[in-house]
Amino acid sequence: MPQIAQLAETYSSQVFWLLVFFGIVFVFVGRGMVPKVMDTVAQRDQQIASDLAAATAARAKADEEEEAWRVRENENRAAAQAIVAEAKADAAASNEKTLSAAQERLDAKLAQAEQDIAAARTSALAEVETVAAEAAQDIVQRLAGVSVTAATAKSAVKKAMIHG
Amino acid sequence: MAAEVAKVDPMHQFTIAPLGGSANWELAGFNIAFTNSALWMAIATVVLIIFVAGGLKRELVPGRWQMSVEFFTGFIDDMLEANVGKAGRKYVPYIFSLFMFILFANILGLMPLGVVGVHPFTFTSHFTVTGVLAIISFAIVLVVGFWKHGLHFFSLFIPSGTPLPMIPIIFPIELISFLVRPFSLGLRLFVAMMAGHVLLEVLSSFVIDGTNAGAGFAALVGIPSFILMVGICALEILVAGIQAYVFALLTSLYINDAENLH
Repeated sequence: MPQIAQLAETYSSQVFWLLVFFGIVFVFVGRGMVPKVMDTVAQRDQQIASDLAAATAARAKADEEEEAWRVRENENRAAAQAIVAEAKADAAASNEKTLSAAQERLDAKLAQAEQDIAAARTSALAEVETVAAEAAQDIVQRLAGVSVTAATAKSAVKKAMIHG
Repeated sequence: MAAEVAKVDPMHQFTIAPLGGSANWELAGFNIAFTNSALWMAIATVVLIIFVAGGLKRELVPGRWQMSVEFFTGFIDDMLEANVGKAGRKYVPYIFSLFMFILFANILGLMPLGVVGVHPFTFTSHFTVTGVLAIISFAIVLVVGFWKHGLHFFSLFIPSGTPLPMIPIIFPIELISFLVRPFSLGLRLFVAMMAGHVLLEVLSSFVIDGTNAGAGFAALVGIPSFILMVGICALEILVAGIQAYVFALLTSLYINDAENLH
């Protein structure tokens, strides 16, 4: 076993060169490079974390803005509906006014017409009475040879007309 | 067995040989020959530096290479955070170096580079090497423990709720189990790596010797051994990763003891 057989003659060179090369590894790799590598990793982790945080913040902001937009939108819609309702109410009111004015005019016309009709009938009736009285006077004179005065004939006609 | 017969020595792969006439290099009286072991430590170091440097592009959207480097740092970071807590992050450089160095050493040692004439050397199969790494980890545990808790660190050896009469018995047991940690840490890696490489080498010798012994032996011994070898190679790649992980995990558990006591 060379490890034991050669121990006496080689131990010093083994130990010496091991310390030299392990020392080089420790100083250059362990102390020199490894911290830089770990630094890079830490930097990257930090970058990723901050990017994620920024993304989360951006999403929260977007949500907030959407919420605000929705609130604004709802307000706008409510306002629009109020305007529509008002316009509807206005239109209904003016319609009613117009209608009632027209109704009034019609009513007045109707009343006028009825009055006219009543007047016409009265005058017609009076004329009928006069004509009847004259006819009665004439008939009486022809048939009985009696001449009745216009007033008598008139009252007789009136009586007959009342009794039908 | 005569020397002329082709023979596979399963232990030969662990032999250390100085390279390029460096056999007599010395530092303060100690031999510091640049051996094949040191060469593969250097190769592991260079490959590891290239690998991690490739992940240093610092791009916001990582490519594949950067992704894989970040996977390993994240893996070590998570392991320390899970085992030690927030205070564990300052050990990431050490545990990462340890884990990756062992992982690259194990995997480079398994590379089939013998095909092109280069013989990989797995220096984690030497307990001198794994022992030094274990001692470094253990030293960190001791230094952190005494630094943070002072002599109170010894309360680590008395589990909370121990009845008073039991303390004289429990304390030595806990102390011994604590002191054995560096040995178990170093030996586990060394044994796992060595066993795997020896097994592969023994199986390969079955394949070679069986095939040389004739068609019957080739069919009976060589082919099944070869199939088994392929499976064991896959298993060894898994072991290379698991042993590196276990070494790093246990080190972080021991550091947790030092950081948080019980």
